[in-house]
Amino acid sequence: MRIVFSRVCLCLALLFALTPALAADIDLKPALSGFLSASFSSTEKSIEALARSGAAQAPAIIEALQDERLYYSGASGTVIVKARSGALRDAATDAPVAQAPADMKPVRLNNRLRRAVDAAVGALTLMSSNPARRREAADAVFKSRDSATLPTLDAAIGKETDAAVLTVLEQARASIYLAKSDATDAQKIEAIGVLRARGDQDSLALLSAAASGPDGIVRTAAQSAASSIETRLALWNNVQNVWYGLSLGSVLLLAAIGLAITFGVMGVINMAHGEMVMLGAYTTFVVQEYARTKWPEMFDYSLFIAIPLAFLFTGLVGVAIERSIIRFLYGRPLETLLATFGLSLVLQQAVRTVFGANNREVGAPGFMSGSFHLAGLEITSGRMWIIAFALSVFAALQLLLRFTSFGLRMRAVTQNRRMAASMGIDTNRIDALAFGLGSGIAGMAGVALSQIDNVSPNLGQSYIIDSFMVVVFGGVGNLWGTLLGAATLGVANKFLEPFAGAVLGKIVLLVFIILFIQKRPRGLFALKGRAVEA
Amino acid sequence: MDEAVLTSSLLYLDGVAVSFDGYKALRGLSLTLAPGEMRAIIGPNGAGKTTMMDVITGKTRPDEGVVYFGGARDLTLLDEASIANLGIGRKFQKPTVFESHTVEDNILLALKAPRTARATLFGRPAADVAPRIDRILETTRLADHRARMAADLSHGQKQWLEIGMLLAQDPKLLLVDEPVAGMTDAETMQTAALLREIAKDHSVVVVEHDMDFVRELGVKVTVLHEGAVLAEGPIDVVSADPQVVEVYLGR
Amino acid sequence: MQLRRFASIMDARSLIAVALTAAVAIIVPILLLSTPESFPLHAPPYVVALLGKYLCFAILAVALDLVWGYCGILSLGHGAFFALGGYAMGMYLMRQIGTRGVYADPVLPDFMVFLNWKTLPVTWWGFDFFPYAMLMVLLIPGVLAFGFGWLAFRSRVTGVYLSIITQAMTYALLLAFFRNDMGFGGNNGLTDFKDILGFNVQSDATRAALFSTSAVALIASIVVGRYLVSSKFGKVLIAIRDAESRARFLGYRVENYKLAVFTLSAMMAGVAGALYVPQVGIINPSEFSPANSIEAVIWVAVGGRGTLVGAALGALLVNFAKTWFTGALPEYWLFALGSLFVLVTLFLPKGIFGLIDHLRRNRTETPGRGDVAEAGGAKTAAS
Repeated sequence: MRIVFSRVCLCLALLFALTPALAADIDLKPALSGFLSASFSSTEKSIEALARSGAAQAPAIIEALQDERLYYSGASGTVIVKARSGALRDAATDAPVAQAPADMKPVRLNNRLRRAVDAAVGALTLMSSNPARRREAADAVFKSRDSATLPTLDAAIGKETDAAVLTVLEQARASIYLAKSDATDAQKIEAIGVLRARGDQDSLALLSAAASGPDGIVRTAAQSAASSIETRLALWNNVQNVWYGLSLGSVLLLAAIGLAITFGVMGVINMAHGEMVMLGAYTTFVVQEYARTKWPEMFDYSLFIAIPLAFLFTGLVGVAIERSIIRFLYGRPLETLLATFGLSLVLQQAVRTVFGANNREVGAPGFMSGSFHLAGLEITSGRMWIIAFALSVFAALQLLLRFTSFGLRMRAVTQNRRMAASMGIDTNRIDALAFGLGSGIAGMAGVALSQIDNVSPNLGQSYIIDSFMVVVFGGVGNLWGTLLGAATLGVANKFLEPFAGAVLGKIVLLVFIILFIQKRPRGLFALKGRAVEA
Repeated sequence: MDEAVLTSSLLYLDGVAVSFDGYKALRGLSLTLAPGEMRAIIGPNGAGKTTMMDVITGKTRPDEGVVYFGGARDLTLLDEASIANLGIGRKFQKPTVFESHTVEDNILLALKAPRTARATLFGRPAADVAPRIDRILETTRLADHRARMAADLSHGQKQWLEIGMLLAQDPKLLLVDEPVAGMTDAETMQTAALLREIAKDHSVVVVEHDMDFVRELGVKVTVLHEGAVLAEGPIDVVSADPQVVEVYLGR
Repeated sequence: MQLRRFASIMDARSLIAVALTAAVAIIVPILLLSTPESFPLHAPPYVVALLGKYLCFAILAVALDLVWGYCGILSLGHGAFFALGGYAMGMYLMRQIGTRGVYADPVLPDFMVFLNWKTLPVTWWGFDFFPYAMLMVLLIPGVLAFGFGWLAFRSRVTGVYLSIITQAMTYALLLAFFRNDMGFGGNNGLTDFKDILGFNVQSDATRAALFSTSAVALIASIVVGRYLVSSKFGKVLIAIRDAESRARFLGYRVENYKLAVFTLSAMMAGVAGALYVPQVGIINPSEFSPANSIEAVIWVAVGGRGTLVGAALGALLVNFAKTWFTGALPEYWLFALGSLFVLVTLFLPKGIFGLIDHLRRNRTETPGRGDVAEAGGAKTAAS
């Protein structure tokens, strides 16, 4: 791991070494002289000297050493870098070497030297002109706690101008002092202060190690610092759990919100709702396949194309289902449940026949991948966008219901079907459109879920029970209830997981909801009154 | 609470208030019914008539107020089944009978007998069941239809079947919600006669819109308005009350 | 006297069904045990096991019909009671393996040895004793149904809400039984059975006996069911289905009736599961899958709910079809099953028996009146 990291550093350092920030004309001859003898200790001295030199070609030399492409010729007193292409250059002057000297031998490394090389790589980047590189290098030193880098580190701290990098450099030094057996108590106490201020999992590990050390003021200080960090980490851990919970909640919200319309508002149990989600996910797959083969540069935008397409496609499927089956079953909810379950089997098998039973690969566009830190939180971009998407769908739906004439008519039909009909509202049309809307939203949910779940014919099944739980828990006929229900169940799930494990946590929640429904049969936001009882 | 009135009454409501999500269906309703009395309750839509029935039969719990039966039993503490078994029968606004049972079985199920699952599963029917059913079918003019499915009856016949089921329960108090809604004039008059006959040995509360029907009953009338009693007295006095006229005709 | 009582509760259909089942209970074992393999009607063991499985499903369907057809409770969790009965039987069979397991532990089943468990969990105590295991076959589903129903019916959870939470119940059990630390074999469930009551479960004679036992259990469930629904108790159930609040205002404690029939039905499902396990040779968590429970509902719907015998017939027909499809056209089975759900609910809401009744009534009565009754009945039955 460390090797890989140091290589990355090296490459980066090489890149930036090309910029003329570092003096190129430093005479490297003295620094390189140690490579001319076969002794490991003189080689080590040379490595350190090279690291401190700040010369432009130093990274290339160190890299060559790491790859065993560094040669020396005792007769001519030259150190030679053999490029990957095989071309030879004089390490000191960077001049090409036309003819390989007869006594050219590779500079040998042992394990101790390899560590020195790693440290040198770190040290070289500590001097880089780019603050971001210097910071990465400082982080690497913090992790390695190699006391060999201490002189370089001190030099770097002396020269550092960027406050943020300086902090990390000082933390790196603190980590070294704390682990160093011959550091004074004063140095250690200061180091503990620095690490306590840093306050992350790594500092906690270092401090805990120190807290189990021999009695004394260092031990006491380390103990108090460790416990202070633990408290803070526990707090952040809770915040992180809330975040994960909200992330799960947003997925639940997406899956359930369409159901909140068909079940909550229209009173129709649609067991094929999960399959609408699944169809939405497959729409994404088809769009991406098309983009991949026909229009690769559009791949990053494929989701933006898939969202409206999925909405339209599943919406139309929904309207077709409503017109062909569900409208004959209004007022018979149990029959609707059975018919739509049958439909879900047919849809699953249809997709299985067309696309196969295996998972289909749906890629994540650039902006959906990666993660970043916000204070003590780790936030993955994909999850963040899904939360944002779920909330925007929710907001759009609220606006649609509240401010459009379709929304007005839909609410009218919900509240009093007969009166709405006698006011000239085409209730059949509204039913079909409302069902289409619910299904279309499920399709959009499928686009989002394709980013975090396996796209397979069974995708919908895994969400249907959870979705029903959210709607029933939140209170039927109330979209805000669905929002709150989804968030509550999501967060509760994530808080239960550490104690009970994922599966048991889920069981606990299911049992809780079963009990909850018995206490409040109409959910969190219950509509009361005679109209509901009828 | 007036102790004397309470103990002498069959049904006693005082200061009953019910609200649904802020809508006040009843606000301080007080009503007393003497044993053996028949009372008509009228009032415009939304006056709280059906909610009052719901409170008496235990379907809705009042937010405030007291409801006593027979001067001693607090009905607000009991559920529907217990209240029914105390002797309060209820007829719904929409005729509600067991559609996939025969007329005879509908009466059989209503007939006063042990109601527990054990009794219905293992118990033997009492010897006088058949004559009791016959008598009720006679009273409700359904004797010719006894073997038909209740679903096949006409609307008026279903109303009567439901009244017959109430009789079979042999309650001390009958609550009858709009018994003549949707009936022909002839059926309405027949129903009025039926109720008067029932009132001879039962206490009855009739909720009705139809003023002709109420006049036909010829009993004391209570007018509800916005969840409280507006007026009370004989129909001629009440219908001359300017407040009542205002409520019924004013808007 | 007894016979007259019996005759009074059995209608013509039930009598025919009972007679046919009894005949099958005798003939199939004879065809298996006493005919040579060359005989054209010889029943090979796998066919007998398959038929025995169908009979178990038929018992489950009768149990479901009692609650759904007669009391309007659409349980989407009856598969859980079936599976629990199956697990109770499976635990007995596991304890009979003794030292013949792979690890030859005299007490612990193989999977526990594999998990490095040292002692038998309390839940498994007593299951080596057949009467205790049979008691558990009834008690475990019964107690679960009682507890669940007590909560649900008292809070008046009805209709689709009830359906959804019964589904959540079986789903929760599915997840629970997948866990190894539950101590019921996790993913793989219980299998590799050797003996039942000292007889080899694989032997033809045992298979024949299990088949006949299943047939007798089906007969018993039909008779018990008929007894219930033709009593006044059954009339109250139908009354609750048609107009729950009317029944309440007549003074019936609806929740007690529902609880009684739900618990009894769960126990019947448990028996079905217990007979199923030795015949198929395995019980695993997938039996709890919500889809299984819904499939059982369609058996009842196909035959005609509220007819008991129809439910059993539906179970047999649908499962024959399933066997045929999965052999001949495996990809089309889900299409067929799914379409069956849709078509039955749309065009055959009262199932095959309902259709027969309808046709018969049309022949004898004026057609108009029959239609009215049909429409009215369907509407109230659904609500």
